[in-house]
Amino acid sequence: MIYSLLVLSSPVSGHGSRHAVDFARAVLARGHTLRRVFFLDAGTLASSASSVLPQDEEAQISNWVALAEKENIELAICITSALRFGMLDAAEAMRYERAAATINPVFVISGLGELVDACNAADRLVTFGG
Amino acid sequence: MSNTGKPSLLVIIRRSPYDSSLARSAVDAALASAALDQTLDVLFLGEGVLQLLPGQNSGEVGLTNIGRLLSSFPLYGIEQVYVDAHAVTRHGIDLEQAPIPVCALQALQIHTLMEEHTHLLGF
Repeated sequence: MIYSLLVLSSPVSGHGSRHAVDFARAVLARGHTLRRVFFLDAGTLASSASSVLPQDEEAQISNWVALAEKENIELAICITSALRFGMLDAAEAMRYERAAATINPVFVISGLGELVDACNAADRLVTFGG
Repeated sequence: MSNTGKPSLLVIIRRSPYDSSLARSAVDAALASAALDQTLDVLFLGEGVLQLLPGQNSGEVGLTNIGRLLSSFPLYGIEQVYVDAHAVTRHGIDLEQAPIPVCALQALQIHTLMEEHTHLLGF
C-alpha cells in the first residue's frame, strides 16, 4: 500500500510529530511504500536545524534525517508555512535577506501542489496533529 | 458524490478563524487543491463554523480576513461547502449572512459525507 503523511503539529508541542516519524518507520518496516511526508503549518518546524533542546530530550530531527538519507524518503515543507515560521533554506534566506538558512537541507521547500500530488498518489493519507 | 476512480477530497476545517495559523493553512490547502483541479468539498466542523461569521474585520489583529478568503471559494470552483448544523446553532451563526452559501448537515449526514470521500484532509 502507498502511504503519504501530512504533519501539522510542532515537534516541540504534543506528540503528533513524533508519532509521524514512528509511523513512517513502521510503514517502511511493513514493506509499504511511503510516497512523501508533507509538513504544513507548525509541522514545518520539524525541519529546523537551529533548535537546541535540553540534553535529556530527544531531537526528532535526527529520525527524520535518517528517513531521508537511508530510506530516500522525500520530506517536503510548505513554503508559505516555512516562511511564516522562519524555516528558510539558503535560497530563501538570500531572497528575503535573512541572516542565515535555518533548515536541515534534507528537507525540501515546496508548495501545496506537492501535498495534492502526495494525496492523489497514495492509497492512504495520514494526518498527524491539527 | 460519485467515485470515478479519481480521488475525492473532503477538507475538514475545525479551527476558529483567528485562533491559530492552522485556520489559514486549512483554507490555503482547500484553495490550492481546487486550483489544481481536484474534486473537493469543504466541511466546517465545531469551532470551524466561526470562520463563516459575517462582517469579519481582522485588521485590528493584523491577520488576513478569512471571511474574504472564503468568499473566493466559488471563483476557485469550490461549489459545495457544508457546515455542522449543531455547531452553527451553538455559536449562533446567521448562515444567510455567511461569506459563501453553505449546506447545514446533521451528525448522521456528516458521517455519510465523510464515507463518500476517498480522502479526508482534516485541520
